[in-house]
Amino acid sequence: MNWDWQVVDDFMPKFWDGVLVTLQALGWGTLIAFSLGLVWAIALRSDQKWITWPVAAVTEFIRNTPLLVQLFFLFYVVPEWGPTMSPLTTGIIGLGLHYSTYTAEVYRAGIEGVPVGQWEAATALSLSKRRTWTAVILPQAIRRVIPALGNYVVAMLKDSPMISAIGALDMLGEGRAFSDTTFTTEALTVVGVAFIVIAYPASLLLRALERRLVR
Amino acid sequence: MSADQNLTKDQSNPAVDGKELIRFDKVTKRFGSNVVLDELDFSVNSGKHVTLIGPSGSGKTTILRLLMTLLKPEEGTIRVGGKYLTHEERNGKLVKAGEKHIREVRKNIGMVFQQFNLFPNMSALRNITEAPVSVLGLPKDEAEERARELLDMVGLGDKTDAYPTQLSGGQQQRVAIARALAMRPQVLLLDEVTSALDPELVAGVLDVLRDIAHTTDITMLCVTHEMGFARDISDQVLMFDSGRVIESGTAEKMFNEPEHERTREFLSAVL
Repeated sequence: MNWDWQVVDDFMPKFWDGVLVTLQALGWGTLIAFSLGLVWAIALRSDQKWITWPVAAVTEFIRNTPLLVQLFFLFYVVPEWGPTMSPLTTGIIGLGLHYSTYTAEVYRAGIEGVPVGQWEAATALSLSKRRTWTAVILPQAIRRVIPALGNYVVAMLKDSPMISAIGALDMLGEGRAFSDTTFTTEALTVVGVAFIVIAYPASLLLRALERRLVR
Repeated sequence: MSADQNLTKDQSNPAVDGKELIRFDKVTKRFGSNVVLDELDFSVNSGKHVTLIGPSGSGKTTILRLLMTLLKPEEGTIRVGGKYLTHEERNGKLVKAGEKHIREVRKNIGMVFQQFNLFPNMSALRNITEAPVSVLGLPKDEAEERARELLDMVGLGDKTDAYPTQLSGGQQQRVAIARALAMRPQVLLLDEVTSALDPELVAGVLDVLRDIAHTTDITMLCVTHEMGFARDISDQVLMFDSGRVIESGTAEKMFNEPEHERTREFLSAVL
């Protein structure tokens, strides 16, 4: 097997396009997954059945069906009655939605880990529901689940190539397209290395954060 | 160490007049098939310091938790300052109280827990200012100034910025007492507040409570195994057994010449 730096060089413009798509998908996807997951987790603690029941059904459904199917659904079926979105936007929403059902479980565990005495103290001080959540429960719950949340960022990075299936070419999508048309393999290697280059520092960052937050 | 003067002087609550402040009417509380309180009737006059004694499982802590609305009674009504805590009147009928009504009545009640339950994500000062600012709408600097006074009062004036994990159990409990007082409650509920403390830290906490009992007119309801403390501060001692008050009287009478056989047994076991 010969390694040709010229091929790598030729791939670079497409590669950077792909990196941009990957990072956008990861960044926005994380934002959606983290915030929506929190919404699910809080909704699931509601004492109103008409809130918990549908939320539980939807999150359970999403968590137990493949991301790829969801991406196809969002891209091909939703526009039938809803808005038509670009492949990347669809991919971001798909990734974020899918992973929000996992982060919801993480938040749930974190919330349940807050001692019941904290809720009781909040009640004894007559704190409002909102204040109890934002000032007392969530700061404690989120602090302990940050490492677990971080793992899902890395998992999401590794799942991000799936959005190529609906035409949002991430770095792997660009690499495959390039390799298929030039009959070379260098591009795929570059992409593999790029995943490590993104994922590893992210893990290190998470571990540092973990050391700081979990005492 | 002297108690904050404000506590006695500008209570926004009705003046202490020795009238009935807390009233339980036929309150029944069950956990499953276990009847903890059985049609309990009892009342506490304002400004009084009442200690609940009795064997564990006799329902003492349940009473405090019902007052704090951490539990709801199956039957009966509870009134605080003449207002129903569990119910509200709508169109002349008594219906189950809504969240808003409960919060309004509950503001008059403060509680100190066995396990302190300070918010670990807040400094001592923030623990104390949180509720006055977010619930009572006190301006932040006013709340902080008052919190500092309260911390001084409990002997922790130098610990404003300390987080709960940096404090000993006794110090945490004293912050918790300050936190409860910051809401200027009419009633202070003390639920075995020294039970979780190392023996050498108990005295400091009890001193603070004694000080509050003697220098303020706050009504105190206290569940404790510290009989010496109970004797010191109590105007009235209630002996509980199996969800009922079987004997009550002044501390003097209850500790020196209890009438009921059960009370005698209990006191000889714990004293």
